[in-house]
Amino acid sequence: MRSPGAGRRVLSAAVLAALAALLLYGFLAAESETTVGLILLGAVVAVAVGLRTGVLDRLLRAAGTPTMLGSLGLAALALVGVFHDDPFVLLLMARALLVLVACLGLHVQLADAGVPNFAGAAFFGVGGYTAAVLGRGALPHPLVLLASGAVAAAVGSLLLLPLLRTRGHYAALITIAFGLLFRTFLEVNDALGGPQGLKLGGLRILGWSFNDDRQLLGVDVSGYAFYCLAAVGLALAAVWLVRRVERSWIGIALDAVRLDETAAACFGISIGRWKIAAFTLGNAIIGVAGGLSAMMVGFIAPNNFTFQESLVLVSVLLLGGLGNLAGLAVAALIVVWLPEKLQPIQEYRYLLFSVLVVLVLVLRPTGLVRRTLRRPFGSVAA
Amino acid sequence: MNAPEELLVCRELTRQFGGVVALSGLNLEVRRGELLGLIGPNGSGKTTFFNVVTGLFPPSRGEILFAGAPLARATPQRIHRAGITRTFQRSRLCLELSIFDNLAIGAHQRLDHRIWVNVLRRRALAREADATAAAATELLEIFDPPLARRLFEPMTAAAMIDRRRVEICRALMSRPRLLLLDEPSAGMTAEETTRLMDDILEVRRRFGDLTIILIEHEMSVIQRVTDRCIVLNYGKKLCEGTFAEVSSNAEVRRAYLGLA
Repeated sequence: MRSPGAGRRVLSAAVLAALAALLLYGFLAAESETTVGLILLGAVVAVAVGLRTGVLDRLLRAAGTPTMLGSLGLAALALVGVFHDDPFVLLLMARALLVLVACLGLHVQLADAGVPNFAGAAFFGVGGYTAAVLGRGALPHPLVLLASGAVAAAVGSLLLLPLLRTRGHYAALITIAFGLLFRTFLEVNDALGGPQGLKLGGLRILGWSFNDDRQLLGVDVSGYAFYCLAAVGLALAAVWLVRRVERSWIGIALDAVRLDETAAACFGISIGRWKIAAFTLGNAIIGVAGGLSAMMVGFIAPNNFTFQESLVLVSVLLLGGLGNLAGLAVAALIVVWLPEKLQPIQEYRYLLFSVLVVLVLVLRPTGLVRRTLRRPFGSVAA
Repeated sequence: MNAPEELLVCRELTRQFGGVVALSGLNLEVRRGELLGLIGPNGSGKTTFFNVVTGLFPPSRGEILFAGAPLARATPQRIHRAGITRTFQRSRLCLELSIFDNLAIGAHQRLDHRIWVNVLRRRALAREADATAAAATELLEIFDPPLARRLFEPMTAAAMIDRRRVEICRALMSRPRLLLLDEPSAGMTAEETTRLMDDILEVRRRFGDLTIILIEHEMSVIQRVTDRCIVLNYGKKLCEGTFAEVSSNAEVRRAYLGLA
């Protein structure tokens, strides 16, 4: 393995992150649908050219993942800075990031361990309701967010028994049934607000309320900017965690369980143990994202956590390419932002996603970005 | 109790699939350190025997003693931990993964899977990865030194013979006491088979106390490498002995070799 110097690494990452930021800026700032369309077209052409000529690949390899992640984090911060007083755009950014985090949870389950979860929105909702209930109390909000993850994981453990006895379509059906039950449970449960849902007070850390607009250095900053920063932090943390899990013995064990349960069992790998681990970790990640999302939006109701929303989360995974985090991020942006910026398709967004997923599965079954080989994690390679 | 030189003892081992009796009251002993050939016509129960011994199909009746301990109803995981590993007739490697990843699957039980070690103690993890890579390289080198240098390449890039080698090495990564080889020569040329068998003999020489059961259709292979053979037919033991004894047995010649 050649290891490019620090200068080249940073430069490559900076160029890529700057281009991405520029593209996203253009997309978010565009007023008319024609502009949005042109920018999308430009992006597709640029990526296609970059792939064909191998430039994109060379830059990505030169940058290396940690530098690339850091640069993308900075690019995200820059975007938050640019749109600091535009609540609509900030909300859009934060939502895309939180959808990305939720999909990272699904990714651990489906792409790593092969456990389907068609109740992603339900676990997102468990996190949200946990935040709504606990957020009113005296518990510090960072702990409330952790509790959102813990409760989502605990509720998920109700499904473990049936999930371990089934696989494939049958396991998928169990999660679908759970998602429907969850919503019905919320609707008839008055303690949780019934169909009307619950209001939330907003995130507050060390007396700092994220809901208030503020003046920083004489500049008006929307409260959503702070949620955006929290979402950036959460997304980076989730990516870091998921990547570390994947580049370890745990990742190899999960792959073995997903790819061949029989062979895995013959090498002493406990199928149930790893499915439980992946399902629980995934739900915890989804739950934290749900908790932060609920605090940001300030209101949750059963209608936010429908089966359709779960399908949207799964379609992000399929669209991006099962098993690839970069593809996941791109797909999350497409799925969350496109309908918002192209108002005419807003009404048809589920139709659009369905068609998009079918097209991807037919034309490019590996998704936008293919799964890559695990990079070695020995000291020589690191 | 069984004599100490017997590593694996099966008593009245029976496995039925509905009305089909794949193994029918099979009695056999495998001695410590021997290379036992398991032969018989197609459908005589050889692979079923492997599947029952490794716990994939629990036996309908009968018992299995491994080093004196009963294993008949144990899970595949427990049986593996007791020291039995296998290869499969049709390759069951994880083609999406690297050669190293596949071998690490074989080493699963020796690796540290605690979550905080894997996520937070990356230095310790890297050391363990280095040690595992060294062990994998050492094993692959017995079979094919050039293959050992391709440890981190994708499994898909490996040729058929290399996949077979990786599959055998994956089974050896856990340093098993009993290795079950299910037709390792399938789909390979005569020279490739000869080389692979020589390498397996070399592994056995280095490992010292490795016991091997080999399912094989190629009689020249059986003749060359096995210490002893057991012939199965209709899930029953037809006869056992050295290859010379077995191949001169009239019943075997009728049932299997197709000779008058």
